[in-house]
Amino acid sequence: MFNIDRWREILDTLWHNKLRSVLTAFAMAWGIFMLVFLLGMGNGLSNGVQASFADDATNSLWVFTGTTSVAHQGMPIGRRIKLSNQDVTDTRNLPMVDHVTGRFSIQDNFTSELKVSVGKKVSSFDVRAVHPDHLYLERTIMVAGRFLSDVDLKQRAKVAVIGIDVAKFLFDDSDVIGRWLTIGTGVYQVVGVFTDGGGEGERAKIYIPISTAQAAYNGADRVHMLLFTVGDATVEQTAAIEQRLRANLGAAHKFAPQDKQAVRIRNNVEQSQSIRRIFEMLSQFVWIMAAGTILAGVVGVSNIMMIAVRERTKEIGIRKALGAHPRHIVGSVVQEAVTLTAGAGYIGLCAGVGALKLLAVFVPKNEMFADPSIDLRVALTATLVLVIAGALAGLFPARAAARVNPIAALRDEG
Amino acid sequence: MLRLSKVNKYYRVGTHSLHVLRDIDLDIAEGEMVAIMGASGSGKSTLLNILGILDGYDGGEYWLDGTLIKDLTEAKAAHYRSRFIGFVFQSFNLLPYKTAVENVALPLYYQGIPRRKRNAIALTYLDQVGLRDWAEHRPAEMSGGQKQRVAIARALISKPRVILADEPTGALDSETSQQIMALLGEIHGRGITVVVVTHEQEVAEKTQRVIRLRDGKVVPSLHQAAS
Ligand SMILES: Nc1ncnc2c1ncn2[C@@H]1O[C@H](COP(=O)(O)OP(=O)(O)O)[C@@H](O)[C@H]1O
Ligand SMILES: [Mg+2]
Repeated sequence: MFNIDRWREILDTLWHNKLRSVLTAFAMAWGIFMLVFLLGMGNGLSNGVQASFADDATNSLWVFTGTTSVAHQGMPIGRRIKLSNQDVTDTRNLPMVDHVTGRFSIQDNFTSELKVSVGKKVSSFDVRAVHPDHLYLERTIMVAGRFLSDVDLKQRAKVAVIGIDVAKFLFDDSDVIGRWLTIGTGVYQVVGVFTDGGGEGERAKIYIPISTAQAAYNGADRVHMLLFTVGDATVEQTAAIEQRLRANLGAAHKFAPQDKQAVRIRNNVEQSQSIRRIFEMLSQFVWIMAAGTILAGVVGVSNIMMIAVRERTKEIGIRKALGAHPRHIVGSVVQEAVTLTAGAGYIGLCAGVGALKLLAVFVPKNEMFADPSIDLRVALTATLVLVIAGALAGLFPARAAARVNPIAALRDEG
Repeated sequence: MLRLSKVNKYYRVGTHSLHVLRDIDLDIAEGEMVAIMGASGSGKSTLLNILGILDGYDGGEYWLDGTLIKDLTEAKAAHYRSRFIGFVFQSFNLLPYKTAVENVALPLYYQGIPRRKRNAIALTYLDQVGLRDWAEHRPAEMSGGQKQRVAIARALISKPRVILADEPTGALDSETSQQIMALLGEIHGRGITVVVVTHEQEVAEKTQRVIRLRDGKVVPSLHQAAS
């Protein structure tokens, strides 16, 4: 029911109580601004962290080796555990495991920086010797050619899959499939070019078959790292797989399965779940804060309207004497509260969205923070909540107004 | 038009109650102009408030134009008020932030008459009380007499059958009081029933009949005794 006259009356009242209106509106607008801003910041954090997670498969487990710290079956502590191709094959047989790869470190440490050259262009790049399944572990995205294959592995082929940044550096044109490059002391043929969501570093890598590297660098069947994915296994199932793996590796290499120093396993399933939990909690927290601010806003508006009704007792009395129906009085107080709350809330909403836009411009995307924003549905819900909150805020003062006794209000002093 | 029989009114003050009106019998005919006189605290305003359906009463009956006014809901009371009654108060009770014409038009707002139309009507009523040129002024810019004229125009705009005035000249000097009483007399001349509460003899003399209250009771008058 739209009534121009009613609106005119209400805007008139708000206008003639400017200070009060502005203060109330400010409290409400600030609350909503904070809510929108916090929600947007939360989304920004969540977007940023999730983007950096896009680097690796979130359903993966990474196995690193170390030295034993528990005596086991008469073996001394401090013994280095060395994985082999056999462990890769064995791991493939575990339930729910789908993609398995080893990594062979050419220089026997974690960086395998090798000198790479094409003609006069020379630089050093990180070279990873892996199984074909590695494609799924790092979320490698092929842009040309293919990734390593089982045939490459079997033939110990001298082939390389290079990152897009490597290709750009080494070759002048974009047609690089089939071209040759020197890695360390060997000559390799490019079979594929890839990109990777995980950041610049990941796009400057070179992949070669693990078997080729083992042969070229006296690695025998040595594997330094073992990586595999577990499909859509739950956190509990993943924990069971992890335990099975520890038992298997312990039996094969004679160490106590619970020895965390002998073999360290990074469980991304658990990690990504706990990060998801943190963000769920964060957003719940923000909503609780939001409910709190809105509630505080409602109480504030209600309070101020209550004072306003008290201040205007005389006016309400006059209006009643002039034939105002209680419905008129209640309606105008509620409408005033809704106008104030919703109007102010809307200003807060716009200011919040604006602040997030500014933030997005001035804070560059990084692995902690990206695209701070709130979606339209949240904004609309917030608006609806505001109107309801306004009506609630007006309820008690409206009842007080309806109860104003005109005689008491109009009694002439003296 | 206005008939009270055996009306009683108590105010509860703390634990005990104050018997303000005692067995009031009253009959005011349509088109009459009467004054209610009495000392301060004798119950004049209380009586007027009951007549104006601003207040209830505790015993007896009040008939307004043949309708029993008793234990009405607020909504019903508002309805009868806006149909029958116009109020004039000692302290004018104009809304300070509204102009004269807006103040006069206010009762029509509650009857759902659109703004343009009700302001036009209000202007004719302001004209009747001689304040057409003051239409856009706010109460603070006017003299007491002018404010009371605005209040009277406001009381008239809903075409009431009864005007109830509680000490309408109480805040005015005697010359202005005369003018206001002349205006009320003119209104009475149009056939509207006028009830004026006052404690000034000069004011009461401008009416047809005086009802005297003492300690919540109607004092039998010579006039009544004679008839
Ligand atoms: N709301 C009230 N509560 C308690 N006592 C009241 C109230 N209104 C009026 N009275 C008392 O009732 C008596 C009559 O008051 P009132 O009708 O205003 O007298 P008058 O108008 O003749 O001066 C006075 O004693 C006054 O104190
Ligand atoms: Mg009085």
